[in-house]
Amino acid sequence: MFYFITRRSFFAVILLFVVSIFTFWIFSALPADPAALTCGKNCRPEVIEANRARLGYDKPFLEQYGSYMKGIFVGRTYGEDESGVHCAAPSLGYSYDRHECVTSLVAKTIPVTASIALGAFVLWMFFGISLGTFAALRRGKWPDHLSNVFSVVGISFPSFFLGLLSILVFVIWTSILPFPQYVGITENPLKWLTALILPWCVLAVLSASTYIRLTRNGILEVMNEEFVRLGIAKGLPRRTLIVKYVLRAALTPIATIAGIDFAFLLGGAIVTESVFNLPGLGKLTIAAVINSDLPILVATTLVSAVFIVVANAIVDILYGYLDPRVRAK
Amino acid sequence: MTEPLLSVRDLHVSFGTSEGVVQAVRGVSFDISQGETLAIVGESGSGKSVTASAIMRLNFGADVRVSGSASLDGQDILSMSEEGVRQLRGKDIAMIFQDPLTALNPFYTVGNQIAEAYAIHHPGTSKKDLRELALDSITKVGIPEPLKRLNQYPHEFSGGMRQRIVIAMALINSPKLLIADEPTTALDVTVQAQILELISAMQEAHGSAVILITHDLGVVAEVTKRVLVMYAGRLVETASVEDAFNSPTHPYTRGLLNSVRSLDSDRHSRLEPIPGNPPSLIDLPSGCPFHLRCQYAASLNDRCRSEVPELKAVGNSWSACHLTVEELSSDLRAAT
Repeated sequence: MFYFITRRSFFAVILLFVVSIFTFWIFSALPADPAALTCGKNCRPEVIEANRARLGYDKPFLEQYGSYMKGIFVGRTYGEDESGVHCAAPSLGYSYDRHECVTSLVAKTIPVTASIALGAFVLWMFFGISLGTFAALRRGKWPDHLSNVFSVVGISFPSFFLGLLSILVFVIWTSILPFPQYVGITENPLKWLTALILPWCVLAVLSASTYIRLTRNGILEVMNEEFVRLGIAKGLPRRTLIVKYVLRAALTPIATIAGIDFAFLLGGAIVTESVFNLPGLGKLTIAAVINSDLPILVATTLVSAVFIVVANAIVDILYGYLDPRVRAK
Repeated sequence: MTEPLLSVRDLHVSFGTSEGVVQAVRGVSFDISQGETLAIVGESGSGKSVTASAIMRLNFGADVRVSGSASLDGQDILSMSEEGVRQLRGKDIAMIFQDPLTALNPFYTVGNQIAEAYAIHHPGTSKKDLRELALDSITKVGIPEPLKRLNQYPHEFSGGMRQRIVIAMALINSPKLLIADEPTTALDVTVQAQILELISAMQEAHGSAVILITHDLGVVAEVTKRVLVMYAGRLVETASVEDAFNSPTHPYTRGLLNSVRSLDSDRHSRLEPIPGNPPSLIDLPSGCPFHLRCQYAASLNDRCRSEVPELKAVGNSWSACHLTVEELSSDLRAAT
């Protein structure tokens, strides 16, 4: 098992390295000149050139990449004289547009996005799995049909529509909730909760629809397995049979998908964050796209990639614990 | 005569499918007494496995209909409550499945699964005792290094070893009746004989009655004393093994024997397969289910086509055929 974990982690690091090169290369290959983007329309060429040298855009690609990577581990100073800006490790670049180190910009968004992702994840896993199980166990009866309708509706509605609809209903029409305005959980837990409850629900409805189907179909498939029949033939009580035999086998593959989906959400729920005006990673990304703020885009892309690669590795290692057949290999 | 252990009367099982109603078992009756071994043979789709599942009420599906009765020690399993059947399963009646590769739960160690089989019916047994019992039972079924093997997962065992584990699990509660549904079909030929021997030995040790379901006549000859031959959901012949092999009465049983090669047969002789295919269980032929493939049907005018033959005594056997007792007991093999 130790060997398995070491090997899997090693591959994750290699993969991250490759991803970072590609990300960096794609953004440097853009036709946009990052130095020109550092000042407005009527910029003097001297300023552009000065900024280019300051940010290191005049160096060859590999050297740029090298100093970027070095910055992540030891921090980086832009410019040499006293006007130079120092970004402490892990430095993900400097946004000229916002006059701030990218790392601190990203760091501010992480708690927001993590709050959104975690709450939505808990909700969707709970409802997805319980409704899916319920539907499978009452196959062909009304709970099954109802959950089917729910998942079709959930999958069909785009998140911006559901988001706006929920604001309209719960905030504007009925005033059950105040208009969502993000506050840190340490500042005011109640306000934090009221700001996040709608985005959680919107994201949960979307994902739960998929998970209802995954769970339902997984359970029905496992129910036909011979070992479940043997479990019945042994005289297992129904409860034990469902939990120890059916759910154990049906949910194991779902754990893999859930891990990746969660990591994906940690990379920022762009639409939902925009609709609910939540200052998360998704909103930062979309603002950077609009302002052509390349350093931020490189950083958010890399951060999302790290989440997904790490989640993949964790899920694989976890899977080794969940399924003894994987452990052996 | 003593009461039989299990008495099946007029068992019918049908499944509703999108193509129509599949009449898998149609009026099967038989008895099995304590410690007896009984084989049910027949082609695929003859209803032998369905009959076995019905005894444990293991036929599931949206549209399954079971009628008739199956009494174990005088209690009808088919009319029992779900909880009543559950307490019977694995304790009084145990089952060995066809494919040991898929029959074990891949997520738990074999020790856990064997202990579980005991714990279900003996709640409150200590963990230590359960472990002892599991160890003892896999030692008895001949698994080498049992102490180490107990903590391994099913995928770490070969097919034959897994079947031994399934057998250990089935016998841990010393069931009155053991149903073995094609226990050797999925195994290598070299392992088959070992597993059959093991089943016989375990049966003797536990005093269980065994219903062995198989399509392999070699298996029948090896371990059982009495044979039920099924065709298209009906019993066509019941006989002792000697009678079934040496003087089969029903034309179907004869056909079945002619289509297998035996060691003493002339090696240049041709096998004689039964012509045609088994009938569809959705659209069954009228009269005798075998008449479409039976070489004697023509000689009996329309009787085979219009009238379902009942089992009648032919010597020591019972045979469901319209031919006269004399015709059935004469050696028709010579006539063919």
